[in-house]
Amino acid sequence: MNSSYAVPAVALVVVATVLVGAFGLRVSRTTSDFYVASRTVGPRLNAAAISGEYLSAASFLGIAGLVLVQGPDMLWYPVGYTAGYLVLLLFVAAPLRRSGAYTLPDFAEARLASPAVRRLAGAFVVGVGWLYLLPQLQGAGLTLTVLTGAPDWLGGIIVAVVVTATVAAGGMRSITFVQAFQYWLKLTALLVPALFLVLAWQGDGAPRPAFDEPAAFREQRSVRVGDSIDLRLERPLTVTVTGTVDGRSHDAARLRLAAGTHHVARGTRLVFDRGTAVPAGARGTDDALSPSRAESRSKRPLYATYGLILATFLGTMGLPHVVVRFYTSPHGVAARRTTVAVLALAGAFYLLPPVYGALGRLYAPELALTGDADAAVLLLPDRMIGGVGGDLLGALVAGGAFAAFLSTASGLTMAVAGVLTQDVLPSRGVRHFRLGTLLAMAVPLAASVAVGGLPVADAVGLAFAVSASSFCPLLVLGIWWRRLTPPGAAAGMLVGGGCALLAVAATMAGLPGDGALHALLAWPALWSVPLGFLTMTLVSLATPGRVPTGTAAILARFHLPEELRNERAEVTP
Amino acid sequence: MSGFLAGLCVAVLPLLAAGFWLGRRTARPESLGGLGSPVEHATFQTLHTASLAAPPLRAGLTEETARKAARKLRSLLGTDALCLTDREEVLVWDGAGAHHRSEIMERLAGPLQTGRGEAFPLTCSVPDCGVRWAVVAPLTVDDRVHGALVACAPRESAVLVRAAGEVARWVSVQLELADLDRSRTRLIEAEIKALRAQISPHFIFNSLAVIASFVRTDPERARELLLEFADFTRYSFRRHGDFTTLADELHAIDHYLALVRARFGDRLRVTLQIAPEVLPVALPFLCLQPLVENAVKHGLEGKSDKCHIQITAQDAAAEALVVIEDDGAGMDPALLRRILAGEVSPSGGIGLSNVDDRLRQVYGDEHALVIETAPGAGMKITVRLPKYQPGVHSAGRLTDG
Repeated sequence: MNSSYAVPAVALVVVATVLVGAFGLRVSRTTSDFYVASRTVGPRLNAAAISGEYLSAASFLGIAGLVLVQGPDMLWYPVGYTAGYLVLLLFVAAPLRRSGAYTLPDFAEARLASPAVRRLAGAFVVGVGWLYLLPQLQGAGLTLTVLTGAPDWLGGIIVAVVVTATVAAGGMRSITFVQAFQYWLKLTALLVPALFLVLAWQGDGAPRPAFDEPAAFREQRSVRVGDSIDLRLERPLTVTVTGTVDGRSHDAARLRLAAGTHHVARGTRLVFDRGTAVPAGARGTDDALSPSRAESRSKRPLYATYGLILATFLGTMGLPHVVVRFYTSPHGVAARRTTVAVLALAGAFYLLPPVYGALGRLYAPELALTGDADAAVLLLPDRMIGGVGGDLLGALVAGGAFAAFLSTASGLTMAVAGVLTQDVLPSRGVRHFRLGTLLAMAVPLAASVAVGGLPVADAVGLAFAVSASSFCPLLVLGIWWRRLTPPGAAAGMLVGGGCALLAVAATMAGLPGDGALHALLAWPALWSVPLGFLTMTLVSLATPGRVPTGTAAILARFHLPEELRNERAEVTP
Repeated sequence: MSGFLAGLCVAVLPLLAAGFWLGRRTARPESLGGLGSPVEHATFQTLHTASLAAPPLRAGLTEETARKAARKLRSLLGTDALCLTDREEVLVWDGAGAHHRSEIMERLAGPLQTGRGEAFPLTCSVPDCGVRWAVVAPLTVDDRVHGALVACAPRESAVLVRAAGEVARWVSVQLELADLDRSRTRLIEAEIKALRAQISPHFIFNSLAVIASFVRTDPERARELLLEFADFTRYSFRRHGDFTTLADELHAIDHYLALVRARFGDRLRVTLQIAPEVLPVALPFLCLQPLVENAVKHGLEGKSDKCHIQITAQDAAAEALVVIEDDGAGMDPALLRRILAGEVSPSGGIGLSNVDDRLRQVYGDEHALVIETAPGAGMKITVRLPKYQPGVHSAGRLTDG
């Protein structure tokens, strides 16, 4: 891919983000008019900001990659990512705003009046934040590799440095404007190329992507294997090989590979004939991450699908960077309106990645083979349109992808750094906030360099699972059940969230090779969420004496609209 | 393998942190070791147990605090059963023989009246009940009996009678301290109530005078100003809630400045830069308006030309940073320090020290006013308001902007 347009585009996005973040407020809001200056953020602007912060690398790159590899089953991802806001709207948004809490630990303290539960919630915020940051950095690395051929870790480090610097320097002053800007940037970066791609597809005679049969090469295609892989063939396959297959080196030799597994060494070039089915690829043994996650999904698709649905539906409400944005709404009703607008904006955005996935299956099927399926969105404009036009569209997509990394990563870093400064580091203050920022970014950066290769959307799914098993019970029971007690909340978060976290760790480490156990660990939400709810309920019921005093007043504040509260206060002064 | 390690890092670190914290919370000081002779060890043990029982009792005598303290107290006395009561009922029964609850309450009527300890045998129909004898020691605060500590044992023991008396006295002291804590909290609350909403009387006189001056020349302007005055006083005299939102406080400042502008005309210029994210922040009622009033006073003091006041509110992670800056006469920092310490009463209004006191009481000392000033160099006042603080909720609904 031609990087002479893409690199300036990425640079432009980075610079624009920093500038809007630093000066957006100054330009728009310095005034002597109180009416202008003290206008609160409207639901639509706030919704754009929430969407901008929420639509991450997983949405921008990951979904298209998954649809490319696995077909329309993966549409549950965009559905889940959006539907999470429906649950948030119905059960959480307005009461959470009325609680006056800024972060999730604040909510725990406001509801349960227990510093211990507050700190536990803080620990989980950090855990979920780190898990969520990891795929953002990996996605950045992948994008830069595809664009320029730079090593895998460079993109992650660039994003980490930019985000840490702007957040620590107190950059993101006008964060609502930056994030809203990022949403529209991301939408444009996917929408405009998608329109051109669909036109090109029409011009090509509108071939239908057939998802029920294996993807096939539509023309002769040469594939360079970047990392050594194992090819699993159902049927014999004829390819032209330059490089090493099964330990034997060939030079442009035509080879007939029998059905079975073949080891293809790094750097080998395979030329597939037109019409050949794309074989299933698996990374070689030198990579600790088993790609068997994909296989186990096809083996038990129903369980995996339900696990995914539960995690994404219930996990959204526990994402630290999303919750923080609701504080900006002036009151509970505005928080609800904001959520409705988020549903619309996110829904509109999520129509696009599946288009890229479907087109990718037609025009770039070999990505499924090399394991770089996440790059489909980036490569398609070049592949389908080509020329300067393709390069320009590719640059637009690349810029949008970087916007996705930057916005989500900065939101998460601020949330994690905030918790670290408030609840972990010894004292508050600007210097400690900077230290917190550094810490918030350093851990996922180190992990992303070390781990590598987990599909981006899957990694985000794990973060959702942990959030759904720890914060969903806390929020839902905290808002709707008056008998919740601090020991119950702590136990529920520890058992539900802790189990999910352990399952995630085991999966990332590739511990349980295969089979039912692996599926259970790879999609923990289906058992860990009920476990969290059950533990929280039972322990709360077992400690009836520990219901915090003033629970009735607190719940009344959560649920009564603000005007009513005012009237009541004036009736009984 | 590197993947394995990194995966572990990501997932296990938060758990480790939680475990470390739990461990620190529950760490037993016995593990410190090197405590010398058995006697010293026993002394230390006793003191440690007592210190563990103290914190719950410092919150007063309720079912929950009694439950937390009872186990520690029982291990302090080394009895089979220990019970804490208030004047009406048994709050907690720790140890064996809980079926004696009602009997104990009947027998307590006397000691609770007289406030004198007593020891008596228990009647029991349960064959192998280990609790046959009880010592009652009343808990008194300010010569009033609040409840009783009852220690039960299989047989009579003079040592237990003495020990129970001593422990009861110790518990009484803790309860007295709890009473003291409560009255201190009440004092602070009363102080906050007394401090709030003191708008300067000068301001009221001046405003009315200005409005009066417009009544003949420009009745329409006078009407507008009167309405501004009404809005401002309604806000500052409102009854409900000690807290407001930054947006409402800014509106009040707007009304205030409209009145001041009517008096000083073009000499006063105000610019604002408010991050919309911080408008919903809750803050003590009327804690920024006095700062603006102060800025106006200093800005126009001793200067015939124009004065510029800048009000900014920035979003700083979990805090809102409010800065009020004027380019006026400034002040000698030493004098300012003495005003804030309450040694010198300021020339007019209660302004800065009042706001400083309230911020310290609501948010703690680290959120006090930060003032940068020098004679002739203007004044810059910085307030850091946490976005969330337990117990701080704005009473009203934000006005839609």
